[in-house]
Amino acid sequence: MTTSLAELVSAHPLLAGLPGDAVASVAGCAQNVSFGPGELLLAESDPANTLYLLRRGRVAIEVHSPGAGSIVIETLGPGAAVGWSWLVPPYRWQFDARALDAVGAVAVDGACLRKKAESDPALGYELMKRVAGVLLDRLQMTRIRLLDLYGTGSAR
Amino acid sequence: MLAESTQAQQTRAGHGGVMGPRAMTPALYRVVERRAETGDVMTLSLSPVADGPMAFLPGQFNMLTAFGVGEAAISVSSAPHDEGPLRHTVRDVGSVTRALCRTRIGDVIGVRGPFGTDWGVGDPGAGGERGDFVVVAGGIGLAPLRGAVYELVARRARQGGRVFVVVGARDPSQIIFRDDLETWADAGAEVAITVDVSDPGWTGHVGLVTSLLGGAGFDPDTATALVCGPEIMMRFTARTLIDGGVDPTAIRVSLERNMECGVAWCGHCQLGPFLLCRDGPVVPYGGVVAHLLTERER
Repeated sequence: MTTSLAELVSAHPLLAGLPGDAVASVAGCAQNVSFGPGELLLAESDPANTLYLLRRGRVAIEVHSPGAGSIVIETLGPGAAVGWSWLVPPYRWQFDARALDAVGAVAVDGACLRKKAESDPALGYELMKRVAGVLLDRLQMTRIRLLDLYGTGSAR
Repeated sequence: MLAESTQAQQTRAGHGGVMGPRAMTPALYRVVERRAETGDVMTLSLSPVADGPMAFLPGQFNMLTAFGVGEAAISVSSAPHDEGPLRHTVRDVGSVTRALCRTRIGDVIGVRGPFGTDWGVGDPGAGGERGDFVVVAGGIGLAPLRGAVYELVARRARQGGRVFVVVGARDPSQIIFRDDLETWADAGAEVAITVDVSDPGWTGHVGLVTSLLGGAGFDPDTATALVCGPEIMMRFTARTLIDGGVDPTAIRVSLERNMECGVAWCGHCQLGPFLLCRDGPVVPYGGVVAHLLTERER
């Protein structure tokens, strides 16, 4: 039995609990995608047009430095969402996102989703609340990492 | 194998550490092995010069004396049922710990203890019959938990239940006890490691230790969590666990203050109503501790 895109969308933590019509709206902008280990989901400076809802596999958010190679900033796994730069101008990726192993995801077209959110403010507000929650989580975790907690202090 | 001594049982039941002559007079222990865990973390294996082996419970600490320099409170990092020497894992953060880290095989140091409360993993009711245990360690915070994880892995083999070990480190070079992490995974524990900052050879997870908790797979309704690391890390970990459905009273944290006497006389380790050398270092997170860890000094 194949799982429909709407089922995949509604099963993802970012969108779980959305009403059926909202799920259908998002699913109308979505497709099922997969990436092999090492493949880029998105690349720095490219136009940003996709929200990836990870279903399986791990993705590394990286920044590349000539001569130093790629530095992994964060690793994301199943249930995470990858790619936010499609939300705000100039719609350009700021980092790379690379599949660390076989990755399966729902790819939601950013321009399509923005258009639906503009025309349906209730859907747009609901999506923004959820996206803001994830971004807040990431911001808070980044702030704590900036404290370099393990670098100082205890002799234990 | 060491049987749990009457002394250790009394220690747990009565809050706080050993009393009597051993409480205030360091016993002499010889350094029989040194193992560099990272650039500034050393595990010292110690054998008593005169006494028999020390009975202790996972989570308790000793006061280690570098003669002529001073004393420092260091958690026992061996497991109670380990045969062989007593282990302490020390990070070089000051004059005493530097002197301890620089001891050579054959040197003699002083040991007072054991002091304080333990993780309670040997309690018959801990975690229920088959409840999940979630062990979350940050940096050298894995040292006080090492003995507890060995107890939990053995308990899992005896009576089931699941053990999750989640470890955060600054970068890959700062991950301690790599052999133990492999041993625990081989024994059936779910082991997950993350670093704050990656390096080119690191293929594991990168991110805050709390980012691994959501996908760890433990049952929050039955979970008992043991958390040790920097205080801010413990606070955020506890909040993440609670948000995920873990009962605040099922979360235990290990707190540090300026432990000096070890027997609740000097008061230097006071935190609110607690003297942590006696009432801690392991305390339940829920209630007064959660409040104390966020209260501002006036």
